[in-house]
Amino acid sequence: MSVRPNVRPAGHKPPFWRDRAKRALIFQLILVAVVAAFLIYIIGNTQANLNARGITTGFSFLGNTAGFGIGQSLIEYSSQSTYGRTFVIGLLNTLLVGGLGVLAASIIGFIVGIARLSPNWLIARLANAYIETFRNIPLLLQIFFWYFAVLRTLPSARESMAFGEAIFLNVRGLYLPQPLFESGFGLIPATFVVAIIASIALVMWNKRRHEATGKRLPVFWMSLVIIFGLPLLVLVATGVPVTWEMPVLRGFNFGGGITIIPEFLALWLALSIYTASFIAEIVRSGIQAIPHGQTEAAQALSLPRKLVLRLIIIPQAMRVIIPPLTSQYLNLIKNSSLATAIGYPDLVSVFAGTTLNQTGQAIEVIAMTMAVYLIISLLVSMFMNWFNARVALVER
Amino acid sequence: MIHNKETIPQRPAPKGTIGPVAWLRGNLFNGPINSIFTLLGLYVLYLLVVPTIQWAFIDADWVGDSREDCSRVGACWVFVNARFSQFMYGLYPSEEYWRANIVFAMFAGIIAWMVIPRLPFKRWMTLFALLIFPVIAYVLLHGGYFDLPRVSTHRWGGLMLTLLLASVGMIGALPIGIVLALGRRSNMPIVKTFCVIFIEFWRGVPLITILFMASVMLPLFLPSELNVDRLIRALIGLTLFQSAYMAEVIRGGLQAIPKGQDEAAAALGMTYWKRMGLIVMPQALKMMIPGIVNTFISLFKDTTLVMIIGLFDLLGIVQAALSDSRWLGFSVEGYVFAAFVFWIFCFSMSRYSQYLERKLNTGHKR
Repeated sequence: MSVRPNVRPAGHKPPFWRDRAKRALIFQLILVAVVAAFLIYIIGNTQANLNARGITTGFSFLGNTAGFGIGQSLIEYSSQSTYGRTFVIGLLNTLLVGGLGVLAASIIGFIVGIARLSPNWLIARLANAYIETFRNIPLLLQIFFWYFAVLRTLPSARESMAFGEAIFLNVRGLYLPQPLFESGFGLIPATFVVAIIASIALVMWNKRRHEATGKRLPVFWMSLVIIFGLPLLVLVATGVPVTWEMPVLRGFNFGGGITIIPEFLALWLALSIYTASFIAEIVRSGIQAIPHGQTEAAQALSLPRKLVLRLIIIPQAMRVIIPPLTSQYLNLIKNSSLATAIGYPDLVSVFAGTTLNQTGQAIEVIAMTMAVYLIISLLVSMFMNWFNARVALVER
Repeated sequence: MIHNKETIPQRPAPKGTIGPVAWLRGNLFNGPINSIFTLLGLYVLYLLVVPTIQWAFIDADWVGDSREDCSRVGACWVFVNARFSQFMYGLYPSEEYWRANIVFAMFAGIIAWMVIPRLPFKRWMTLFALLIFPVIAYVLLHGGYFDLPRVSTHRWGGLMLTLLLASVGMIGALPIGIVLALGRRSNMPIVKTFCVIFIEFWRGVPLITILFMASVMLPLFLPSELNVDRLIRALIGLTLFQSAYMAEVIRGGLQAIPKGQDEAAAALGMTYWKRMGLIVMPQALKMMIPGIVNTFISLFKDTTLVMIIGLFDLLGIVQAALSDSRWLGFSVEGYVFAAFVFWIFCFSMSRYSQYLERKLNTGHKR
C-alpha cells in the first residue's frame, strides 16, 4: 500500500464548506434566520389572535381603576387604586415574605447544619431527620399543610389562643401589639445609625492597630454594646416615647394592633422550613469541605478551638457556602410565587392572577411579572460574580 | 540481640472504652453541655414521636366506608382508603384501570432493571425506555387504537399524572439540555448568546409564571385553529423549564472533563460530533448522573405546581378530595398521605444518587 501524498499547493484554499470560520458563520446565520422566522410567526399569530379577541395591547391599563381589594398591603391601597398600584403592592408583598423568609431560613438552616455535624449522636440524627423530611416533600404540599391543616383549623376570634393578653392567634391570623411612636422617637433610629457607623470605625481602627502593634480589643462585644446599648440609653433618657396599642376583641374580630394574615404565616413558615433544609446541607458540606489538615495545622500553632473555628474554618467554609446559599435565596424568592395557591397577595397572585383576569392583558402582565423575577435573579448573579472574584483563591 | 519469638497475647480493651455504656458516654454524655443537649433532644423526640404514633397508629381507624366509621380521636385512614384509587389514577374510568396498571408495572420494571447493577443489556433497556415505552404508554393510556376506548387527558390524574409529567419532562429535557450545554460552550458567539439567554431566562423566572405563560400565552402564540391540550401545554412549560436546569448540570459535567481529552481526540482527526459523542460525552455523562438525578427530584416535586393551572396531579386530587362535603375535615390525613408518597419517591431517589456518587467516584476527579 502506497502512501498517498497529501500536499496542497501553496495558496490553495479549501472550499467554503470545509473552512471552519465560514462554516460557523453560515451556521449562525441560519440560526438567526430560524429564530427570526419563529418570532415573526409567533408575533403574527399573536396579533391575529388579539385582534380576534378585541384586546388592545399597551400599558395604558396600568392607569385604570383596579376595583378589587387586597388583604395585605404595606402601602396605602383601596379598591379605587390603579392596576399600576396593584403591581407595586404585589411586588412589596413578595419582597416582604422573601426577605423575612431568607432571614428565618438562614437562622434555622445554620443551626440545623451545625447540629448535623455535632459530636452528639442524638443531635446529629435529629438534624438529619429534619433535613431528610422537609427536603423530600414538595413545597406546595407543605404550604397547604400549614395553611389548610394547621392555621385554618385554629379557633375562631372569640376563642382565640392568647399569649399574655397581648398576642392572640386565631383562624383570622396573628394579632400583635403595635408600637405607636410619639414625637422625639426619631432620635432613636438616628442613634442606631450613629452607633453602627461608630462600631464599623472601631473595627477598622482595631484592625490597623492589630496589624501595627499586635494588640487587639474584644471588638465584637464592644460593638454589640455600642449598637444596642446606645439606642437603649437614648430611649431611657428621652423617657420611652413609645406606647403599645393592644389588639382588643370587638364583636367578632380583633381591632387595633398589627394583624398578620394566616396566608402570610403559612407561606413564611413553609418557605423558611423547606429552604432551611437545603441551607443546612449547604452549611454542612461547606464545613466538611475544609480539609482536616487546616484544623490540625491551626492546633499545631496552639490556637484555641474557638479561634480555630472563627479564623480558620469559617472564613474558608464561607467561600464554599456562599454561592449555593445565594442560589437558595433566589429559589426562596421564586418559590414565594406559590403564594397564589393559598391567596397570599404576592406579585403573581395579585398581578398575574387577579389583574390579568380582569384586564385580559396577558402578554403585558406576564412580561412584567417575569421581568421582575429576572431582574432580581440578574442582580443576585451580578453580586455572586463580584463575590466570587473577590474571594477566589489567588493561585499562581 | 534479643529476639522475642512469642507475641504477647492480646489484652482486652481497657474497661470504659467499649460496650454500650462507653458508647453512651462517648457520643451522648461527654461533657455537661452535651448531656443537656442530649436530654433536650430526647425530650423533643418524646414530644414529637409519642403523639404522632398515638395519632397515626394506635387511635387510628383503618376500615369502613364513610366518615361515621371514624372515631375522630386518631387519624381517619378510612378517608385515604376510600379515595385510594382516585389518588392513584385521578378520574380515569375504573374499568380501564388495568391499562394504567400495565403502564405502572412496565415503568417499575424498567426502573428496577436500570437500578439493579447485575442485570445485562442496560443500553438496550435505555433505548427501549426512551423510544418504545413512551409509545406503548401513550397508546395504552390514551386509547383510540386497537379497540381501546379513548380516555381524554382531562381524566388523567393522581400519582399516574405526577409520574407522567415528571418522566416526560425529564426525557424531553435531556436532549434539549445537551444541545443547550454544547451551545453554551461553543466558540460561535451568536450560538453562545442564544443559549445563554435561553438558559438564564428559564432559570430566572419561577415555574409558576412559566405554567401561567403556557396556559395563557401559548394559545395566543399559536394559530387560533390549533387547540393545544392543557396537559400538553403544561408539559411544554415543564420541559423547557427543566431543560435549562439540565443544561447547567450537563455543562458542569463537561467542564469536569480535562481539555486534553478533547484536544487528543481532535489530534486524531475526529470531527466535532465524533469528539463529543465518543470521547467527551461518555466520560461527562458518568459524572453528571448524580446531578441529573437531583434535578429530577426537584422536577418531581415541582410537578405539584400543575394543580394551579387546573390539572389534577397527586396533590391536586388530594386537595380536590378534601373539599368533598362528605369528607370535610380530613385535611391532615390527606396531606400526610400525599407527603408520604412524595417522600418515599424523593428519598429513595436521593439515596440512589448518593450511592451512584460513591460508586462512580473512581478517583478521576480533578
